[in-house]
Amino acid sequence: MGTIDSRFRILAAAMLGAAPILASAASPAELRAQFEAAAREAEPAYAGLSASRGEQFFRSRHGSEWSCASCHTDNPLSAGRHAKTAKDIAPLAPAANPKRFTDAARVEKWLRRNCNDVLGRACTPREKGDVLAYLMSLK
Amino acid sequence: MNDTVKRLPFDLTVWTVSIVAGLALLAHEAMAGHDFSSARNARWQAECGACHVAYPPQLLPAPAWHRVMARLDRHFGTDASLDPGAAAEIGAFLERHAARTSRDTASGRITDTGWFVREHDEVPAATWRSAAVKSPANCAACHRRAEQGDFGERSLRLPR
Ligand code: HEC
Ligand code: HEC
Ligand code: HEC
Repeated sequence: MGTIDSRFRILAAAMLGAAPILASAASPAELRAQFEAAAREAEPAYAGLSASRGEQFFRSRHGSEWSCASCHTDNPLSAGRHAKTAKDIAPLAPAANPKRFTDAARVEKWLRRNCNDVLGRACTPREKGDVLAYLMSLK
Repeated sequence: MNDTVKRLPFDLTVWTVSIVAGLALLAHEAMAGHDFSSARNARWQAECGACHVAYPPQLLPAPAWHRVMARLDRHFGTDASLDPGAAAEIGAFLERHAARTSRDTASGRITDTGWFVREHDEVPAATWRSAAVKSPANCAACHRRAEQGDFGERSLRLPR
């Protein structure tokens, strides 16, 4: 009993620990390169990511109630606050928060939700890449 | 004669056991009102605690949780959609520990239930509107240990 139980626990712990890493470990630079490659594929005439376009995008309301900055602030090096629930949000810029953009599945999940809230649609690869270029430019 | 000598310790034991049991029951009943920390699930805590405190499963009945989980993509004015695997695990957890009493609410809001309104009828209207609270759903503005499932009086601080 004891050994089966503890073996199962070790196995479960190993699976829990390893699965997310195998599935989606990444670095901000890798994710930026992936967005850039996808953007190039979608728009052959595309001239590369732009941090300043990303900043504009980040601060614009796009005709809705919220911009990205509504929850992540105009200065993503500092902590944000959820515009509706007031819950604290850790800084979004990788320089201020090394956990950011290190889990591809997590990044995609939040971009899916947040782009839908702000733009009423998914973000394009170029928009994602520009935002990440902007966030990575902050030091 | 021998009998009474034997009965005294027996009576004492019965008394002690019932007093201890009674106290335990009382403590349990008191805890039941404000300590929801016994029901924990890592995925629920991470996913449902990202935008607000992870509301304890004990505060809504299973049908209400089912409705909340069925429309996460349109969740109180925001997109909280989850992948199907996470949604199934969290849904099962919520329904397993759901309220057994009739705390149902069509809106899926805990703060719309008669129970919530009764428990909070002494909170002044100005406090609900204050910048620190903003919304009655912001439990942690007053219940400082809401994140841990503790809604007891000792961790309660009303913001001014
Ligand atoms: C209504 C509030 C809100 C808005 C608006 C919002 N976000 Fe977020 N965002 C959050 C919350 C909450 C999280 C998850 C909590 C956390 O990670 O600290 C999050 C997480 C993220 C993450 C996850 C990063 C990681 O690696 O952990 C990214 C990327 C992100 N947001 C980008 C954006 C972008 C781009 C926009 C604008 C299109 C935006 N957000 C708008 C609330 C918001
Ligand atoms: C993307 C952000 C986000 C995520 C993730 C999220 N919620 Fe919410 N939730 C909200 C917002 C915004 C509200 C409305 C808060 C308000 O009115 O003050 C809310 C409100 C609620 C309410 C009603 C609170 C009340 O009584 O007024 C419940 C219940 C709820 N959420 C459950 C959940 C559950 C269960 C999960 C996990 C499956 C979850 N939420 C994940 C954003 C989120
Ligand atoms: C504005 C401050 C405030 C907010 C916000 C708030 N509460 Fe309360 N809560 C109180 C007060 C005051 C009491 C009454 C304490 C008493 O009478 O002992 C109370 C009582 C309770 C109790 C009963 C505690 C007991 O000892 O029986 C529970 C459970 C509870 N609240 C849960 C919640 C939940 C869940 C939320 C968020 C959905 C919430 N509260 C939001 C102030 C608040």
